[in-house]
Amino acid sequence: MNQTTNILVVGIGGQGVMTASEILSEAAISQGFDVKKTEVAGMSQRGGVVSSHVRFGAKVLSPEIPPGEADILVGFEAAEAMRWSHWLRPKNGSQGGVAMINRLRLEPPIVSLGLFAYPADPVAAVRERGLEAHDFDAGEIARGLGDLRLVNTIMLGAISDSLPFPAETLKACIVTRFAAKNPALAALNAKAFELGKAAGKR
Amino acid sequence: MSAKPFTPPPAGSRLLMSGNEAIARAVWDAGARVAAAYPGTPATEILENLARYPDLYAEWSVNEKVSLEVAIGASLTGARSFCAMKHVGLNVAADALMTLTLTGVVGGLVIAVADDVGFSSSQNEQDSRFWGRFAHLPILEPADSQEAYAMAREAFALSEKFNAPVILRLTTRVCHVKCLIETGARETKRAADGFVQNPARWVMVPAHAQKRLPEVFAREAALTEESEASALNRLEAGSDRRVGFVTSGPAYMHVREAFPDAPVLKLGLSYPVPMNRVRALAAQTDTLIVVEETEQLLETEIRAAGIPARGKDLLPAAGELPPFILKKHLASLLPELGDGNALPAPLSVFPRPPTMCVACPHLGVFYTLSQLRNVIIAGDIGCYTLGAGHPWNALDTTICMGASMGMALGMDKGRGPEDEKKNIVAVIGDSTFMHMGMQGLLDIAYNRGNVTVLLLDNRTVGMTGGQDNPASGRDIHGEEAPRIDFAKVVESLGVAPEHIRVVDPYLLPVLFKAIREEVKYNGPSVIITNRPCVLIDEYKTLPAYEVLESACTGCGNCVEIGCPAIHVTRREKAVKPSGREVELAFVNIETAACTGCGLCLQPCAPNAIRPAQPKPVKVEFV
Repeated sequence: MNQTTNILVVGIGGQGVMTASEILSEAAISQGFDVKKTEVAGMSQRGGVVSSHVRFGAKVLSPEIPPGEADILVGFEAAEAMRWSHWLRPKNGSQGGVAMINRLRLEPPIVSLGLFAYPADPVAAVRERGLEAHDFDAGEIARGLGDLRLVNTIMLGAISDSLPFPAETLKACIVTRFAAKNPALAALNAKAFELGKAAGKR
Repeated sequence: MSAKPFTPPPAGSRLLMSGNEAIARAVWDAGARVAAAYPGTPATEILENLARYPDLYAEWSVNEKVSLEVAIGASLTGARSFCAMKHVGLNVAADALMTLTLTGVVGGLVIAVADDVGFSSSQNEQDSRFWGRFAHLPILEPADSQEAYAMAREAFALSEKFNAPVILRLTTRVCHVKCLIETGARETKRAADGFVQNPARWVMVPAHAQKRLPEVFAREAALTEESEASALNRLEAGSDRRVGFVTSGPAYMHVREAFPDAPVLKLGLSYPVPMNRVRALAAQTDTLIVVEETEQLLETEIRAAGIPARGKDLLPAAGELPPFILKKHLASLLPELGDGNALPAPLSVFPRPPTMCVACPHLGVFYTLSQLRNVIIAGDIGCYTLGAGHPWNALDTTICMGASMGMALGMDKGRGPEDEKKNIVAVIGDSTFMHMGMQGLLDIAYNRGNVTVLLLDNRTVGMTGGQDNPASGRDIHGEEAPRIDFAKVVESLGVAPEHIRVVDPYLLPVLFKAIREEVKYNGPSVIITNRPCVLIDEYKTLPAYEVLESACTGCGNCVEIGCPAIHVTRREKAVKPSGREVELAFVNIETAACTGCGLCLQPCAPNAIRPAQPKPVKVEFV
């Protein structure tokens, strides 16, 4: 518990980035870690960039992850993962950060208007800088389960084996969130978590 | 969005809380009776949370000045009172503040002011620590949620001890960072002992006010002694004494992380400055560095006291100072930091600025404004400030809350031949109009300005997340409250009834005609749009639309609406019969996001947009 674990969750306003980082924080607290979580939330509701920093360890001081020091980058959208890729810890032997990327491509109006281009292959761009990146279509899994809102849980499942505490802890935090108000939804999220976990391994 | 009441967790709870949530809890635990605020990033959630607590009066005020005045009034009855605002809010409330410092308080009065260091959602980055100097008032600066909780409580005690309002200076990195806090026991709600008449104290005419000044100076001297002795200011000895730091607020956390072995004087009660303690630190370090976000304030004062110190000659005077910035800029003093550590470079990705929402009623307004030629559009502060961006490019100025009114009038009165043929339009939202716009419109009417005002009434404070206000007709708890009648207000301010129109912003031809007609009129006119913000309960979604691909001609008219649910699927170059080359943009509508406002149908030349079939699955994210 001496080392600080840094997780950067990125995406677009409305995707559930902040909920995901909140759940990660709760799970870390349940393991006795000191936790800080920060994001800039002012305009996030307006389709802008959202990045949420979660840090936990024996004692966390600054809430912000320094560039190049994120252990895990959770990208809810492909280009956003690319935008924040320099925050990930570069590979150094067996050490190095891991990016878990949802393949979803969300083009903002600025791209639709023809003012900017959307990168051809954001995941490849992340790999080209020598970083370990896993990608899959979380939306497809969510659709298969009948509810696109499950993307959030699927992404958490996907990184659950890379955490300094058991995946079950994170899963329990998610399930507990839903259990009280909707047991069916709790079961569905448990399923989504497992599918995400499997997808993250591939 | 209204605050739902809840049962606060008991004393001794360990809770994951943002600074804003922690302050709300502290205000309640301090037994405050009255709390008031106008929403503003990053401070909005303080009152939003506070309103959920039982046994306390909370309100959304129409502006920050009123919120402070409400707190002052409550304090005079003996109640502990509180108000919260963003940094620029205190500019508005400053008139009250600068005389409140003379009267002092009865019940403890705490003013939380949140600086938007890093510009997450503000028009400037001003440093609220200046107010402590300007008004001779104590400033507390927490570094995280736990400190925010403790200091907010301490602030009430200090306020009563020194008979002064206390400024709790926050920054975005305190307001919006969540960490664990432990709550203490709640104080018994302080009884309001009753207002005691005392004109020499409460009626600030010159004869009374000037007698209060010596007391203010004596208080400041006493506060300086307090600061020298206070446990809120602490010296952390370090083993590496080449560089010592004086710092406050979240910058303390950054310094501590970047330089774990350096001595640090952490200022919690940062004004008045405990200069003896600064001097003591300076004596035991080679170089004293002042790390402050954002202005060079403490450093100047420390040097003026004859203590050698450095700071802004090395560090940035804008934005946050996280550890990697500190290390980079202090590398010249500490060789082991190398060349300011080479950081990985970002990959180039398109910008993703905030957009207006799908079906936002402002889309119709800015689409229409973008079609007009020869207009100057004075803008204001709210979601509609986004009208300055693509694709509309239909907003020419933004200064501060309500400025569109006065500036439009000034443009009308000051214009020369260059602008003679231009039409001057001002755009303002309901909440901003009530905050500071009404007086400006009164000025336009009184001085017979030739200005057309677009009052975008979406019945909420949109940009900060949809708080209730007098236009929503609900109070902070969601309870029914008197709803303002804008048409009547505008008429009583002096606008002729035949030049006041209420228009549906989803009906583009109607809106276009109304604007065209009113800008031709030489005098004040007001067009009120009447559709609710899509983020509030009042907004009702309609069935979605889709693009019939075979019918889309690629004219791109619908793209000009600026709705984020419309995507260009392919572009083609084409040559018109006239020989002119045009770029065609073929589109689709993300039916799962579309809520059926119908704006894009209206400029679609080939009628290629039709009700979506089959029924779409709704996309939502938790």
